[in-house]
Amino acid sequence: MSVLDAVVDYDDAIARYDPVMGLEVHVELNTETKMFCGCATGFGAEPNSQVCPVCLGLPGALPVVNAAAVKSAIRIGLALNCSIAPWCRFARKNYFYPDMTKNFQTSQYDEPIAFDGYLDVEIPTANGDGTEIFRVEIERAHMEEDSGKSLHVGGSTGRIQGAEYSLVDYNRAGVPLIEIVTRPVRGAGERAPEVAKAYVAALRDLLKALGVSDVRMEQGSVRCDANVSLMPRGEDELGTRTETKNVNSLRSIERAIRYEISRHAAVLDSGAAIQQETRHWHEDTGVTTSGRPKSDADDYRYFPEPDLVPVAPSSEYVEQLRGTLPEPPDQRRKRLQKDWGYTDLEMRDVLNAGATELIEQTVADGASPAAARKWWTGEISRRANAEGRAIDDSGVTPAHIAELSGLVASGRLNDAMARQVLDGVLAGEGTPTQVADARGLALAQDDGALEAAVDKVIAANEAVAAKVREGKLNAAGALIGGVMKEMRGQADAARARELILARLT
Amino acid sequence: MSSPSSPSSPHDIVRRGAAELGAAIADGSLSSVEVTQAHLDRIAEVDDAVHAFLHVDAEGALAAARAADEARAAGESRSPLAGVPIAVKDIVATKGLPTTAGSRILQGWIPPYDATITTRLRAAGLPILGKTNMDEFAMGSSTEHSAYGPTHNPWDLDRIPGGSGGGSSAAVAAFEAPLAIGTDTGGSIRQPAAVTGTVGTKPTYGGVSRYGLIALASSLDQAGPCTRSVLDAALLHEIIGGHDEMDSTSIDAPVPGVVEAARRGDVSGLRIGVVDEISGEGFQSGVRARFEESLKLLEARGAEIVHVACPSFVKGLAAYYLILPSEASSNLAKFDAMRYGLRVGPQGVDSPSAEQVMAATRDAGFGEEVKRRIILGTYALSAGYYDAYYGQAQKVRTLIARDFAAAFEQADVLVTPTAPTTAFKLGEKLEDPMAMYLNDVATIPANLAGVPGMSIPNGLAEDGLPSGFQILAPATRDDRLYEVGAALEAALLEQWGAPILDQAPALPVREVTR
Repeated sequence: MSVLDAVVDYDDAIARYDPVMGLEVHVELNTETKMFCGCATGFGAEPNSQVCPVCLGLPGALPVVNAAAVKSAIRIGLALNCSIAPWCRFARKNYFYPDMTKNFQTSQYDEPIAFDGYLDVEIPTANGDGTEIFRVEIERAHMEEDSGKSLHVGGSTGRIQGAEYSLVDYNRAGVPLIEIVTRPVRGAGERAPEVAKAYVAALRDLLKALGVSDVRMEQGSVRCDANVSLMPRGEDELGTRTETKNVNSLRSIERAIRYEISRHAAVLDSGAAIQQETRHWHEDTGVTTSGRPKSDADDYRYFPEPDLVPVAPSSEYVEQLRGTLPEPPDQRRKRLQKDWGYTDLEMRDVLNAGATELIEQTVADGASPAAARKWWTGEISRRANAEGRAIDDSGVTPAHIAELSGLVASGRLNDAMARQVLDGVLAGEGTPTQVADARGLALAQDDGALEAAVDKVIAANEAVAAKVREGKLNAAGALIGGVMKEMRGQADAARARELILARLT
Repeated sequence: MSSPSSPSSPHDIVRRGAAELGAAIADGSLSSVEVTQAHLDRIAEVDDAVHAFLHVDAEGALAAARAADEARAAGESRSPLAGVPIAVKDIVATKGLPTTAGSRILQGWIPPYDATITTRLRAAGLPILGKTNMDEFAMGSSTEHSAYGPTHNPWDLDRIPGGSGGGSSAAVAAFEAPLAIGTDTGGSIRQPAAVTGTVGTKPTYGGVSRYGLIALASSLDQAGPCTRSVLDAALLHEIIGGHDEMDSTSIDAPVPGVVEAARRGDVSGLRIGVVDEISGEGFQSGVRARFEESLKLLEARGAEIVHVACPSFVKGLAAYYLILPSEASSNLAKFDAMRYGLRVGPQGVDSPSAEQVMAATRDAGFGEEVKRRIILGTYALSAGYYDAYYGQAQKVRTLIARDFAAAFEQADVLVTPTAPTTAFKLGEKLEDPMAMYLNDVATIPANLAGVPGMSIPNGLAEDGLPSGFQILAPATRDDRLYEVGAALEAALLEQWGAPILDQAPALPVREVTR
């Protein structure tokens, strides 16, 4: 990697400059077939096994619009409070790109299907003691097709420079995309990176609730391009922007924007000008590097796609689709938070972890809301993060967690044992009950052994026991630890506490 | 020019029309194999001189002919033209058969799929004789821009057969095929028909699927029949026409009754509108004279001749030469040397970039006319020029559509000479693109407005070469073309006593041993 760009401290940057963001989110729809042909869209299939003359762009092949994709686009537009165009067209965006079969992308240019909307996102208040709503305005949501995917072989970096040859998989070519573009997001100040993250998270929840996309960021089904520019505080003229391409996790969105703000500030402080360009985000090092210079001279030679007739959804159809919209995520969140009795902070953790649906299902499967939250935002979230997997792709289901928390609630397992059981479930050893049985994990069910252990530990720790007798009940924790050790973990900590206190008070 | 031997001699067979051949195959008096073989023999005899074909598929055609004969024997009647062989313009994708669009950049490309037209021809039992020559990517009015050498006009081998579908019309005129498929973006079916003395129809835009036609200008391209009679054209039109869900611009309605119209051929009470803007100045005197005579023949058969104003038509050529290159520049972008067709490495470069390979391939693979139009189109679409060029051209297109709408208030069909002149000499206009473009001045408005058009041969001009009479009808009223075309054809046949092609000189015949 080249020499890193200079950055200034983020707080310094924010003290002198107002950040302005523009967020472009590409969403792969989960339609069964592609945007313009009948090929399947399954992820991870054998390369070039889901292709036909149309999505390969063979001479003579013609596109036909997928009605299911139009339906999803309209539902997304409505959910984003957009107006739906009564009549719109596709356009050709002409440029050369090795992954693109026709050397033009069929997209929407000046006639998007949805426009002029907004999405309200919840962020913590400036002083951190609550939440507030930040409204992100949506300029447009338009339909387009995805490109294929290149694999550059033989180079050290996996990039095209230095590669011996490149392989192209066209399975993704022609998969329907919706691109959602915000108006410039201003006024977020130091919270700009947080707003961007909250926006994408809210969008992701919305898309998931609509059922229009798999919203798997790590598989690229949601990709965010983040534009950032700075204005000196007190000024009102937009600065030159950079566009950081294909940022594909919530955490990265926040980090990448934060980095760009610091980098822009350093450039501007030095008296230099920001180059309008695309930038690449590097997850490992946490920096962006310069990509292709992008100027207003980019000329895609847009013109209306003559191979397709206009898309003209009737107002009856649009209203019918409006009737299919799910409960808005913010309302739903409020309802669930109330039902579950979570604090604002707990609810925020749940949202950040993307665990709402999982918790909902786990509760439906019989777990208490508190236990469900603890498992999904704690242990499972940690493991998924460590493995770079999505929380809903971690190999454990809401039914498992409901069962596991049931074993804890009934006193058969303690938390430490439950974590071991989880290991077993993840290792494919079966259901939690099966794992607990197979591994012989169970708390001692009679008090006999436990009482003996309590007596032994009290006898060995007379000084601590004395403190408890004096009323310092917190000191009992050390004794409980001793009991657990004595029992080699096979003890119910709550029961041990009861017994210790019964002896000493 | 009567037949020298028995009724079924190969010489006799190839001079018979498609409808007649279809009937003979249906009643068993001829087999499809006989008919197909007769045409393959004719191709072998004369195509060295004519060069109508880029690729002949004797084996495939005979296999299809055998299948047609078997189907007939089994009592399956698939179409009135079942078993009648056909030639297909090389811009139509044919699975397993080379398809080059007359370009070096597609040399050797064999499509893995069939165009919808091809599928329908196969389903109807028409053996495909081979692929016909054309101007590269259908850009040209003379078939001299083919990367594989020009086609020669059967009426005079030193002359052009029209373009871009010169191969298809010449094959029909030279009796190498009773039927052919052409495509018409600005007149490429009608203008070659006019200069070869054959019939050519451009159906309503969307009336015949474009799926599998290598696109020149998507909003203008339309495939249609090339034949020697109006009825043959109608029979073929009926097979290839109709809705196709693979083409989003395809009309979702049944093909109008073109065959009945062709059989009826009646103009009594019809108002026939002469478009003066494209019938007078700049048109060869003999072409004008034949046009006037044809009007009189129609009048004598009960038509009313009226004159209609289409003031925007004169701007059609300019609008066309902005819209066509714009769409073509985008449609041809896929020819990038990466996936199929030609690939050329740049000279003296060790490890060339993708862009260098693409540039070298396009330089070697595209001809002058194609490069000229790609550059024109790229310019016309570019930011800052779009409104001045492409945008303006689209406005002219709207005006032309309005002219048509107004004219069709006053007349049931519109008529003009098809081409301003008879066939010119090979090479005569190659250095003057503008002179070449003017050949399509009368045919282009129909493509811009999407209305159907037909050219039928209406005699020989003062130079002894055929001229064409163009009929235009409102969109989706293709049946009117056949109604008027058949009436005029009948009147002319009455006058001449024999088809006009009988007056064409005999072609040099190469001795072929089979």
